[in-house]
Amino acid sequence: MFYIIGGVAVLSALIMVTNKKPVSAAMSLIVTMLCLSGMYVILDAHLIAALQIIVYAGAIMVLFLFVIMLLNIQEKEGRLSGHKIFLQFAWIMLVGYVFISMVKLIGGDSLPARVEGSINGFGTTKAVGEILFTDFLLPFEIASILLLAAIVGAVILAKAKVD
Amino acid sequence: MVPLNHYLYLSAILFTIGAVGVFTRRNALIIYMCIELMLNAVNLTFIAFSKFLNNMDGHIFAFMIMTVAAAEAAVGLAIILAIFRNRETVNVDDINLMKG
Repeated sequence: MFYIIGGVAVLSALIMVTNKKPVSAAMSLIVTMLCLSGMYVILDAHLIAALQIIVYAGAIMVLFLFVIMLLNIQEKEGRLSGHKIFLQFAWIMLVGYVFISMVKLIGGDSLPARVEGSINGFGTTKAVGEILFTDFLLPFEIASILLLAAIVGAVILAKAKVD
Repeated sequence: MVPLNHYLYLSAILFTIGAVGVFTRRNALIIYMCIELMLNAVNLTFIAFSKFLNNMDGHIFAFMIMTVAAAEAAVGLAIILAIFRNRETVNVDDINLMKG
């Protein structure tokens, strides 16, 4: 099951990166998000899986599609000049190097050993909520301030100029 | 049970695809989508470690990343809207007012 979902996730991510049309890219990104939500269910993170579907596949991607359709972009990704292609090539080399070192790190024996035992109600809303409102209360409150700032910023930035 | 390695490999692959997209695509909206993909890959790492280390703190981190991603998407898309209103383009090569 892991390999099916993972394969679909990688495939739709590749489609997203290579697609010319922004709407199709957004649709394949939604497929990737749903696959990752399946991963979270496999990993017993039920609350995060539900939030992944509601927040990412629901709210954020709807916002993306809304903006794409509002902007009505004519795609014109013409040819790049010589030094830009070289620059892109250099960046891809750097990313490839980072990827290879990540794979080496994962393949090595530096990963921590698996901890046995089971927490009562692992990954349920109740368990996550208990941690969130006791140990992580301050980050939770700071996140609410961040969201407030983001709302105000988005409204001011997107507001049509009145003068 | 799939070993922890495989989750990390999947996460690394998704992160790399996202990073390559950020560096090669010219459309600002698709660059934003690639950033979302990278954030999701990191989330997968947190959840996988959380399961295998039997510690639920990773869920809180994933929760916070989702919050930040939502805020970032809202503000970023508002910025793209404002740029499009002024310049009639979302191509990042044409947006060079600061000569970066």
